[in-house]
Amino acid sequence: MAGTTTVRTGGGPGEQDYIEDVVRAGVIATIFWGVVAFAAGLYIALQLAFPLLNLGLEWTTFGRLRPVHTSAAIFAFGGNILIATSFYVVQRTCRARLFGGPAPAWFIFWGYQFFIVMAALGYVLGITEGKEYAEPEWYLDLFLTVVWVIYLVVFVGTLLKREEPHIYVANWFYVAFIVTIAMLHIVNNLAVPISPFSSKSYVVWAGVQDALVQWWYGHNAVGFFLTAGFLAMMYYFIPKAADRPIYSYRLSIVHFWSLSFLYIWAGPHHLHYTALPDWAQTLGMTFSIMLWMPSWGGMINGLMTLSGAWDKLRTVPSLRFLVTSVGFYGMSTFEGPVMSIRQVNALSHYTDWTIGHVHSGALGWNAFITFGVLYYLVPVLWRRQRLYSDAMVAWHFWIATLGIVLYITAMWVSGIMQGLMWRAYDELGFLQYAFVETVVAMHPFYVIRAAGGLLFLIGALLMVYNLWRTARGDERAETRAMPALVLRPTA
Amino acid sequence: MSMHELMPFLKSLWTVWFFAMFIAAVAWAMWPSRRQNMEEMGRIPLEDDPTRPASKKA
Repeated sequence: MAGTTTVRTGGGPGEQDYIEDVVRAGVIATIFWGVVAFAAGLYIALQLAFPLLNLGLEWTTFGRLRPVHTSAAIFAFGGNILIATSFYVVQRTCRARLFGGPAPAWFIFWGYQFFIVMAALGYVLGITEGKEYAEPEWYLDLFLTVVWVIYLVVFVGTLLKREEPHIYVANWFYVAFIVTIAMLHIVNNLAVPISPFSSKSYVVWAGVQDALVQWWYGHNAVGFFLTAGFLAMMYYFIPKAADRPIYSYRLSIVHFWSLSFLYIWAGPHHLHYTALPDWAQTLGMTFSIMLWMPSWGGMINGLMTLSGAWDKLRTVPSLRFLVTSVGFYGMSTFEGPVMSIRQVNALSHYTDWTIGHVHSGALGWNAFITFGVLYYLVPVLWRRQRLYSDAMVAWHFWIATLGIVLYITAMWVSGIMQGLMWRAYDELGFLQYAFVETVVAMHPFYVIRAAGGLLFLIGALLMVYNLWRTARGDERAETRAMPALVLRPTA
Repeated sequence: MSMHELMPFLKSLWTVWFFAMFIAAVAWAMWPSRRQNMEEMGRIPLEDDPTRPASKKA
């Protein structure tokens, strides 16, 4: 700990040499963007239930606010915790200070925030490439490429100057995340602006090739941003919070390679029954199903780390979120391959089932593991003994879990109902329901979904307060769960 | 047989090549003699206290 005298027995920097300011800034940015993302999500969920909330203004319509929500959740909230933890983890597991010192790290941090704000402003004003999860226009894409290449140089540079001979597996996942996102971003966003001073551009891909490149990008953003990057967090922070090594290090390496080899082919499952050739659809479906194996291997690896130490769930506040997130990872990566089967997709595609699936991953896996990491990191980074309140963590956990359950069950019911209504025929062969009838039928579930989102936001606000007081150094007077005492027989 | 005719066959070889690389990676990770050393690497996060020396093994 800082301030204590220690005898250095080996090389490598001391704690005071690690760059932590930018990690602290990243933690704050993560929390800020998380609240923005959850609030925006709640608002657009309410818009779907009560269209009046579109306010009759072009800037506040669902179509423009939805990418604000998705980008805030994935790229701002998720991206900031990925960048912050990658800086934290790579320095500690490599015993090396960030390559290039603080300046490039701060450039990456502020460059990334600038990208997010400019992208969101563009969406609200109607500036978009119209590609899902790749909406920013060409000038921002170029800017992000510069930021990202510097990020890659800083990360790999730190790996190269490491004191620890072995590169810990979490860093492999971070590298896969950074390299693959660079590749996806560049290829999917190859575009020609209509003039050097216009914000409008057209992508170089056309027709079905454009669709395939888009979903090669889209699904691998799930695979390498929301999965590989967050698995890097799992492989560092679950062992740290549980104070136990990962269940099987060898399984983690097999997990890494099987994920990397399989994920990249799964994208075509977004284009079932389209102009994409059938063989490509079948290829995407087959690889999606094979993804069950690495996903569940990874889940087992995370959960079994707690084997023999499940009591820590009671005493370590962050572990509850971390372990539950791995459970949701297993659940949503079970559901995904099922939905990628063409016959299932015939029912689920374009319905709310997809939205439910995405949120069981985004809320249950990505957000929960981020909450767990934040509850672990804030006391460490601000040099506090413990959190302000463990009880508030428990409240956050249960409120947010209830919110997720409301959200995904409402979307299952609404989505399957919607799919069944679309395909229902009457005895004369006419479609039985008009589109608007499905919309009316879904209304109650939209309200339940919004209630789930409200609970999730309330939980996050509890976390903001708890972490704010923790950083200030306050401790709430409360009884905290302590590890059970083991009585030893006296001789 | 010209290169032009061989091309489709050669292009399909990458699937075999990828599969072989994957099998090699798994075999490398799971090789029994590597077991102990590998599992010790799993302790790196627990021993990242800056006051302790880096592990000796690679």
